[in-house]
Amino acid sequence: MPKKIRSVNESPLVPVPTDSYIPKRDLGKLPVLEARHIGIDFGGLRAVDDFTLTVGSTEITGLIGPNGAGKTTIFNMLTKVYQPTRGTILINGKDTGPMDTVQVSKLGVARTFQNIRLFNEQSVEDNVKLGMHNQINYGMFSGIMRLPNYWRQEKIAHERAMELLSIFNMQDMAHMKAGSLPYGAQRRLEIIRALGTNPCLLLLDEPAAGMNPSETAELMENIIKIRDTFQIAILLIEHDMNLVMGICEGIAVLNFGKLIAKGTAEDIQNDPVVIEAYLGKKED
Amino acid sequence: MKTNNPSRLKDFLTFAGVILAFLVVYIMRSRGMLTRSLSGQLVPICAYVVMAISLNLTVGVLGELSLGHAGFMSVGAFSGVVAAMSLASVIPSPVLRLVIAMVVGAIFAAITGVIVGVPVLRLQGDYLAIVTLAFGEIIKDLINCLIVGVDGNGLHILFNATGSRSVSDLHLMEGGKVIIKGAQGATGVKAIATFPAGVVLILLALVIVLNLMHSRSGRAIMALRDNRIAAESVGINVTKYKMMAFVTSAALAGAAGALYGLNFSTIVSSKFNFNTSITVLVFVVLGGLGNMTGSIIAAAVLTILPEALRGFDKYRMLAYAIVLIVVMLGTNNPQAKALVGKLIPHKKKGAEEGA
Repeated sequence: MPKKIRSVNESPLVPVPTDSYIPKRDLGKLPVLEARHIGIDFGGLRAVDDFTLTVGSTEITGLIGPNGAGKTTIFNMLTKVYQPTRGTILINGKDTGPMDTVQVSKLGVARTFQNIRLFNEQSVEDNVKLGMHNQINYGMFSGIMRLPNYWRQEKIAHERAMELLSIFNMQDMAHMKAGSLPYGAQRRLEIIRALGTNPCLLLLDEPAAGMNPSETAELMENIIKIRDTFQIAILLIEHDMNLVMGICEGIAVLNFGKLIAKGTAEDIQNDPVVIEAYLGKKED
Repeated sequence: MKTNNPSRLKDFLTFAGVILAFLVVYIMRSRGMLTRSLSGQLVPICAYVVMAISLNLTVGVLGELSLGHAGFMSVGAFSGVVAAMSLASVIPSPVLRLVIAMVVGAIFAAITGVIVGVPVLRLQGDYLAIVTLAFGEIIKDLINCLIVGVDGNGLHILFNATGSRSVSDLHLMEGGKVIIKGAQGATGVKAIATFPAGVVLILLALVIVLNLMHSRSGRAIMALRDNRIAAESVGINVTKYKMMAFVTSAALAGAAGALYGLNFSTIVSSKFNFNTSITVLVFVVLGGLGNMTGSIIAAAVLTILPEALRGFDKYRMLAYAIVLIVVMLGTNNPQAKALVGKLIPHKKKGAEEGA
């Protein structure tokens, strides 16, 4: 029987994950993300349908699938770039139904983009500070008049930005223009900027795209380091199976907008439906 | 914050340059070294410099093309003139009246900015440019219909939309005076704008825009220009910051308009037409988007240029256009840049800044 989809006006329910794959250590804690039967249509095209996923509060989850399966569309729905046509998205138990991108960001969802979207004309440090935009508290007036609050807050922001940049050893690049950074550094800066929003769920859209094997290995270590340091959940889209199988605790496989399998790396590798989606049907 | 930040140094040099230029021109003027026409141009130059700085906030920093900036200047000019003339008997000090006029001009232009901004800022790119153009023309025509007078009872305002009303419909008491006569504009204005006041306004506009750019709000505004989707993803409220930049820009244009309006004895609203908007846009583009120093230099040079070229008589607009094309090529063409770099070796750093 299809689950009743809660309307926006009802009081928040306590979420009860029914088919979650969250790691043991996250049991008893509120899952950071619960997407329930979400779907979106573009005109007559059913881009994503009946997608359900639960992510534990410190889980690293992979979202994989062939090209055009709808992975980035799901990211766009989670961040409300697209409003889902159907279903409910709960972030830390809060319904995001009526919210827009900015409000979801304030709830703690941060993301990176498949095609890097940095503020190219601004410095690396300012990019990180822009990530911290909603943590810095002074208005336009204090900024123009350079009131004491401006200096105080900017000092804190500067220190915090440097601290975040030190995760990837990028402090030396703080004054460079973001657009002039090499490709790999731009990808790393995007992750740092997302961390600046103080997220509880970090969405990484193909973080290893264009990286060589040794860079990918370093990225894998860094993703785990980020999870351990910040105690946040990470949901990532990736085509590099070494990365996905290596660090993801739960994996969801998407094909033609539908979830076809969910489980641990081992479950997924042996799932005949997944093998068929990637390699095609065996002819006999 | 580090003080040896290169952009801060550049800001400092801009301030120093403006003050230095002011001192040089001021001394030259007091010794009678300036021609009559040039010293008459000083206040308009200041007004256009402020216009260029304020439009650069919309076009260069926010990244939205606005073609109706003269409309805000117009609102500022006429509200400033009305404020200055109606307070003439109450406040004898012309300096104080000028300051009040500029504040009033800025406030009215800001209000207009909000009214225009609400519908316009929903659009992007070319559409926004076209709508701002239309708003500029609408503002011009609305002011054309205004008849304003002042007497002992205060301000009298008539809106002459049908063209059937005239000054006598204001029913002014004896001793009252008419400030704005519809399409004839404001006449009999006492010119109280001064060159030092203009320079102070330039410095003020610079402080506001540069400090804004280096603050949280300014970063958010520039983030919208660089990548709107990414800006939203980090929680930046698009409407709020677009509005902030647009209204600040309108307010500065209003103050510039008040300065400009109070420099002439007669001011008509057709002065603030599409051509003026484009002229200011040329200053901004030529000086470099987001580059306030460039805007100041471009506005000053291009305001003086037509006057300086008066000797060429009918060829002067042609010469003006050629200068524009040469400067555009010189700042954007890599070969031309290299040539300039070769000719003037120590100019190289300046060329990089212009890029």
